[in-house]
Amino acid sequence: MGSHTSIGGRSFSRRWVLGAGATTLLTTGLSACGSSGGSGSGGGTLTAFVYGDDAVKVQQAAVDRFNKSAAAKKAGGTIKLERIPGSDYSPKLRTAMGSPGAPDVFFNWGGGSIKPYVEAGKLIDLTDIIENDEVLKKGFLPSVLAAGDLKGRHYGVPMRGMQPVILFYNKSVFAEHKLTPPTTWDQLLDINAKLKRAGVTPFALGGSDIWPELMWLEYLVDRLGGPEVFRRIQDGDAEGWGDPAVLKAAEMVRDLVDDGAFGSKFTSVSYVNGGAPAVFAKGKAAMHLMGSWEYSTQLGKFPDFAKKDLGWAPFPKIEGGTGDARNVVGNPTNYWSVNARVSNKDAAIAFLKESASREYARDLVANGDVPTTSNAALLLGDAPNPEYARFQYQMVEEAPAFTLSWDQALGDELGTKMHTEISKLFAGKSSPSRFVAACKGLK
Amino acid sequence: MQGAEVSEAATKPARARAGRPRAVWALPGVLFFAFFAVVPMVLAFYLSFTEWDGLGDPRPVGLDNWKKLIDDPRITQSLWLTFLLTVCSWLFQTVVALLLGVWAAGKQRNRAVLSAIFFTPLLLSSTAVALLFYALLDPNFGIIQKDTLGSSSGAFLAIVFVGGWQFMPLHTLIYQGGARQIPQVLYQAAAIDGAGPLRQFFSITLPQLRHTVTTSSVLIIVGSLTYFETVLILTKGGPGTDTAILPYLMYEAGFKSYDFGYASAIASFLVVTATGLSLLLVRLTGFGTMRSTREGM
Repeated sequence: MGSHTSIGGRSFSRRWVLGAGATTLLTTGLSACGSSGGSGSGGGTLTAFVYGDDAVKVQQAAVDRFNKSAAAKKAGGTIKLERIPGSDYSPKLRTAMGSPGAPDVFFNWGGGSIKPYVEAGKLIDLTDIIENDEVLKKGFLPSVLAAGDLKGRHYGVPMRGMQPVILFYNKSVFAEHKLTPPTTWDQLLDINAKLKRAGVTPFALGGSDIWPELMWLEYLVDRLGGPEVFRRIQDGDAEGWGDPAVLKAAEMVRDLVDDGAFGSKFTSVSYVNGGAPAVFAKGKAAMHLMGSWEYSTQLGKFPDFAKKDLGWAPFPKIEGGTGDARNVVGNPTNYWSVNARVSNKDAAIAFLKESASREYARDLVANGDVPTTSNAALLLGDAPNPEYARFQYQMVEEAPAFTLSWDQALGDELGTKMHTEISKLFAGKSSPSRFVAACKGLK
Repeated sequence: MQGAEVSEAATKPARARAGRPRAVWALPGVLFFAFFAVVPMVLAFYLSFTEWDGLGDPRPVGLDNWKKLIDDPRITQSLWLTFLLTVCSWLFQTVVALLLGVWAAGKQRNRAVLSAIFFTPLLLSSTAVALLFYALLDPNFGIIQKDTLGSSSGAFLAIVFVGGWQFMPLHTLIYQGGARQIPQVLYQAAAIDGAGPLRQFFSITLPQLRHTVTTSSVLIIVGSLTYFETVLILTKGGPGTDTAILPYLMYEAGFKSYDFGYASAIASFLVVTATGLSLLLVRLTGFGTMRSTREGM
C-alpha cells in the first residue's frame, strides 16, 4: 500500500509558521538533507534511494547480497541504501536530484513519475542495456517492464511486487444475500440494488484520499474504450479526454454515486487512516475496489476477516465496451532507475540484475508480494496465501494491457490537478461534461 | 510583537533614549530574522518570476506566474474562502477568548485550575490536534457519525472550530493579562455610581482592552492567512476545492505539482496581503499612535 504517491503526498509533519517564504525555506531545508544523505560520487559506493516502508527489508537483503558478490567486486562498487520515509519520498527525491547529493540509483513508479527527470536528461536510457542482457531481458514479465516506459523507452527495472486493482468482496455478506461476484456490469448493478434493499452499502470507498475514486474511472474507461484511450492522454494529447469513453465513464460514476452505491458519507472516509478497510471488514459495505495491498492491510487490521471472508474477483466486463475484460489497471510495480551522472555505471547495472534473481523473488514472496519476475510462478506456493498470490499473478500474466495508475502515469503536476477534478466529480461539485471539459484544459 | 510597551516614556524621546540598550544587542535577532525570514522571502519573490520544477535552474518567465495568479479561478475562490475563514475565526475566537479572559482575570474559586485546563490545547502541536479531530469526525467510527468533512459547510466549520479550539487559549491569556491591568478604582467608582456588571463590562473593561483587542486580532487574522496543517489533514482542500485556502493552494502548487514558480507567486501574494492587512488594522484602530488607554487618569 505504501507505494502509492497519494499516500506519499501526505507530509504534514512540518510546522508552517511562516506562510511567507515557506516554499523556499523547505526547499533549502530538503536540499540540505539531500546533500548530507547521499555520498554521491566518492569511493566506489553508490547511493540508492528507496521508499522506506516495511517492504524495504527485501531491498536491504538484496544490497547486502550484492555488496558481497563477485559482480560487485568485478565492477568495483558497492551500494548504500537510503531509506526515505514514505510521506517525504517524492519531494525529497525531487530536491535531491537537483542537488550534488543526488542518488545514483532510485526507486520510482515509472511512467510520469520519472518524466521530469527524463526530460531534464538526468536518467540513463536502459533500453539497449536491457535488450543486450539476457538476465534483464528475460527476467521480467514483458507487460510489467513496458508499463514503466516513457515513449517506448525503458528507464527502469522492476524491483517490487505487482499491485493490480482488484474487486474485493465480503464472502459472508455475499452468502447471506445469496450473491455471487459480478462478471458483467449488469450483474454489478443488480447486486448493487439487492444490497441497497437489504440495507447494506454496496461499495466501500475512501473518497477523501481521492485515488480510490480514480480506480473506478481507470477501470470504467478501460472496459469501455480500451487502454488506448488513456494511452493517448498519457502521451500528452489532452484532447484524449474528449473520448466518448471518458464521458460515459464519468456518467456511470455519477449514476453510482447518485444511486448511493458508495453510501452517503464516502467523501469523508479515508483509506489511509483505515476507515474504508474497516467499513468493509465489518460488513457495513459488501465490496471494495482496491489495490492488491488490501489483502495485507486486512491481514494486519482484521486477520480473521482476511483469512475467512475476504474474496476477490476481476473488475467485471461492460457490455458494448471495446476494452478487453482481462485488462488490468493499478501499479504494475516499482522500478529502479539510474542517474545519468552515476559514478560507476557498471556497478549500478550489476546491481539492477539482482532484482531478476531467484533469491530476490523469493524474498518478495515471503513478504506477501507477487514478484514481476518471469520465474515468479514457481515460487508462489510459498506465499502466505498461495491461492491469492496465484490469482494475482495469473491476472497480470494474462492481461493484454496493464495500465499504470493515471496519477502516476501523468506525473505530479497533472496528476494533482486531475485529482481535484475527480474529487469534484464524485462530490457532485462538477458534472460529467464539465469534468471532461476541465480535464481537456489541464496542462 | 505589536502589543509590547505602551508607556509614557515613548512620548519623551530624550529621556527614554538614555536608558535604552544599544542597537548592537539586536544584532543576533536581526541576523537570525534576516537569514531565516527575509532571505527566503526575497528568494521566493525572485522565484515567482521564474519557472522551476525543482530540477535544474529556474527559468525566468517574467510576469507569467502573476498573470496566471490573476486569471486562476481557483485563486478567486480561495481568496473568498480565506477571507471567510479569517472573519469567522476572528469572530469565534475573539468573542469567546474575550469573555474567558476577562473571567479568568477575576478572583473566582478554582479559577487558576480552570485557566490551566483551558490552556492545554495550545501545548499540543497543530498536527496532533488536527489528527485528533480527524479521528473524532470519522463518519463511521467517530463521535459525530455524519458526513461532516465531506460537506462543504461542514468541512469549513470544522476548520474554523478546530483552529479556534487550538488558538483560543493564547488569546484568552492575552485578554486575561489585559484585563488584570485595568485599575480596580475604575470599577469601584462605577459601582458607586450604580453601574451593574454588564454596564461595567461595556463601559470600562471593553474600552480599556482596545489595544489588547488589536493585538489579538492582528495575531488571529495573520494566523488565519497562514492556516495550513489543519486544512491539509482534515480536508485536503476538499470536498472538491471548497476548503482550498491560499496557503493550501501554495502547498499544492509547490509540493504536489512541483510548480515552484507559481507557488512562490502565491506565497509572495500572501506576504503582501498579510502585511497590508496588519498595517491597515494598526492604522484603523489608532494602535500605531501608541496612546495609552490610561491617558488623563
